[in-house]
Amino acid sequence: MQLNIVDYPQAVVISVQEARLDAHNSPELKTAILQQFDTDKTNLIVDLNEVRFIDSSGLGVLVSGFKNASARNGVLLLSSMQPQVKSMFELTRLHRVFDIYATSDEALLSLNNATP
Amino acid sequence: MPEKIHINIKVPNETCYLGLIGKIGEDLAHTLTRSTVNREVLGYELNTVLTEAMANVIFHANQGDPTRSIEIALAVEGNRIIIKIYDEGREFEAANRALAAACTPDDLSERGRGIFIIRSLMDSVTYRRIDGKHVLEMVKTFH
Repeated sequence: MQLNIVDYPQAVVISVQEARLDAHNSPELKTAILQQFDTDKTNLIVDLNEVRFIDSSGLGVLVSGFKNASARNGVLLLSSMQPQVKSMFELTRLHRVFDIYATSDEALLSLNNATP
Repeated sequence: MPEKIHINIKVPNETCYLGLIGKIGEDLAHTLTRSTVNREVLGYELNTVLTEAMANVIFHANQGDPTRSIEIALAVEGNRIIIKIYDEGREFEAANRALAAACTPDDLSERGRGIFIIRSLMDSVTYRRIDGKHVLEMVKTFH
């Protein structure tokens, strides 16, 4: 799986460079997310701009990351979601769980604003 | 003349074929040019249910065994799309119970959304024993 990982002061942005996020490749995203937690990075932004298709495994990995980040007093935000992918979040009602931003820059800005 | 298309596929029990099978479902929807159905949406739905159903077979019925294979039958008959996925796994009763109990998954559960998604996108979903094999049949009517 191709991932582009950039470490900003507010958060680590993980951009998924794949058209599909499914049961075949989502374990690799899970590993990448866990590696961030292992290095004490607790604010993550997963950018889905390149992802056109997501299945329940992909959704499950993002939920897992969300729960792990919350347990560490961090956040996992999502950005740049294509309409078809967003429809899967709506179908499974996960759009009520995640904070979803139009771009990763907006997600980063939200963390700036949240800083006391 | 009503549509009549039958496609039979057999692939190894491996997740690397999920994309291929999903794409075939998507392409099938795009052949329905005589229908007024939104082919983009229908194609995405077929891609989704094929991916979910195949992943269930790979991990559960076939227990991740790469020496096994999966048979998939796609059909368009009139205004119905019929998808059958065959497995020879031993978990028939457990799978049937899971199918019957499919409901909205708990928001924060990491697993268990696949069957919910399939049931949400298809008109009927059944899991039966036929000739010593198990078959998951998913039907969708389009206009």
